[in-house]
Amino acid sequence: MSEIVLEGRNIVRDYHVAGGLFGKAKTVRAVKGVSFTLEKGKTLAIVGESGCGKSTLGRILTLIDPQSEGELLIDGKPINIAKDRVTPEMRRKVQIIFQNPYGSLNPRQKIGEVLGEPLLLNTNKTAAERRELAMQMLVKVGLGPEHYNRYPHMFSGGQRQRIAIARALMLSPSLLVLDEPVSALDLSVQAQVLNLLADLQDEFNLTYVFISHDLSVVRYIADEVMVMYYGEVVEYGTREEVFSNPQHSYTKTLFAATPKSDVASIKARLEKKKAAA
Amino acid sequence: MSNEVSPPVPLVAAPSTARMGRFAEFWFYFSVNKGAVIGLTVLAFLVLVAVLGPLIAPHAPYEQYREALLTPPAWQEGGNSNFLLGTDAVGRDLLSRLIYGARFSLFIGLIVVAISMVTGVILGVLAGYFRGWVDALIMRIMDIILAFPPLLLALVLVAILGPGLFNAMIAIALVLQPHFARLTRAAVMSEKNREYVIAAKLAGAGHIRLMFKTILPNCLAPLIVQGTLSFSNAILEAAALGFLGMGAQPPTPEWGTMLAEAREFILRAWWVVTFPGLAILITVLAINLVGDGLRDALDPKLKRS
Repeated sequence: MSEIVLEGRNIVRDYHVAGGLFGKAKTVRAVKGVSFTLEKGKTLAIVGESGCGKSTLGRILTLIDPQSEGELLIDGKPINIAKDRVTPEMRRKVQIIFQNPYGSLNPRQKIGEVLGEPLLLNTNKTAAERRELAMQMLVKVGLGPEHYNRYPHMFSGGQRQRIAIARALMLSPSLLVLDEPVSALDLSVQAQVLNLLADLQDEFNLTYVFISHDLSVVRYIADEVMVMYYGEVVEYGTREEVFSNPQHSYTKTLFAATPKSDVASIKARLEKKKAAA
Repeated sequence: MSNEVSPPVPLVAAPSTARMGRFAEFWFYFSVNKGAVIGLTVLAFLVLVAVLGPLIAPHAPYEQYREALLTPPAWQEGGNSNFLLGTDAVGRDLLSRLIYGARFSLFIGLIVVAISMVTGVILGVLAGYFRGWVDALIMRIMDIILAFPPLLLALVLVAILGPGLFNAMIAIALVLQPHFARLTRAAVMSEKNREYVIAAKLAGAGHIRLMFKTILPNCLAPLIVQGTLSFSNAILEAAALGFLGMGAQPPTPEWGTMLAEAREFILRAWWVVTFPGLAILITVLAINLVGDGLRDALDPKLKRS
């Protein structure tokens, strides 16, 4: 058993909706007691429909939002950002990659600055060292040193997502939360970015939390799968278990809802239509 | 993977071409607006006149020619080619005073916009970034300032501070500053929850860096437009205060003050009133046209693709 990088114990997140003049204040429980463990170098996929709480969970794991209840342990250390400040060491351990590569890069910042900023703020490397590291990282994610001085608007979606990945890796984190990293990209670029992520995982021994609603992507990249439905975990197990033998009715519905394009299933669908008519 | 990577470009050329490209794009949208180009030309001319004032003015602005009181403009009967636009009640050359007045007006505009923009932007960023009670406190104060008629408030402030050009500028800056605060607050609020801000926060950026390095540069376009429009507003209000005797004090050749001095000669000598008035009109109009052009060029919603 290798070391456990990330552990959630009964994590709960409540959103308080302030009451207006005529309405009462409400509490919405977006994440209802989620527990899991994740080993180093593995990928946990969190699957579910829109609004099921998977992105909220992702934000808690990345230390953006605090959990309302429950414990979050990173590298065995409990952390609750509602109570104590996030130390630079903690920041360095977890990074996130967002869904929309067009929104996640500052339009006024050159790529070199985008990549150098984490180093500038968290380490005391010199400008030359930062530049050198940024150049190396650009090459690692499949771009070139010539992109160092360009602005984000000069890049395509796939290239921007590579830049976002490079930025996340600058501080060599152990855990990377990927919030639907490929759903804004077109299919061929999706495959390239997924391959890149897989390569980087091998190279840096990264641990991924992969948030997605795309089951074919999940099947490709995940070691463990967690299915969420209305803030609850309805299914949690290894990829093989979940995909071959889904237990919960929602998981079955989810699998059934995946479009099938093989000839047999199309024929079957046409037969059904004919029979119904 | 390789098909995505564009061909290499020399390292040094990239930033300058990017800036040039952005300027070319800006100029393309700006030059569509003919009025804005005319305004810019007039404004450039005014700046030139103001800068070269002592060199091109035919007379000193305070020099009184006692033998030529209220001389009409050169083309009128009784005019004197020595005084192109005529002289005022104490025999000072109107053209020279207008040229020196341009310096005052542009100076007023510049200082007022600088003061009100800096304070307004800082307050607006604080309000939009922290929200909560900070926001409530700052914006309610701004609302109170906005509730007064601007000229009246400026008048009261000058009355408290004492008349004079500098106090008038402070008063006008204070009156114009809530507009900047509001605009900045709105822009910061919309930018604050963008993902790149969260990403910068995760990279370890502190509040100050997030506010002024990450968010603020992305809110600048509307502020530049508001800045130019405030520039003309400041000139107008300074002229109004000068006219009411609360701004620049005579014999300063400030356009509003010149109007005030000329008030009693409106019926006898039309030129002493008309030319300073025209100068104010033309300057404000030119700056407003430039401001409109800037808005067209910088606001992505108004861009025609």
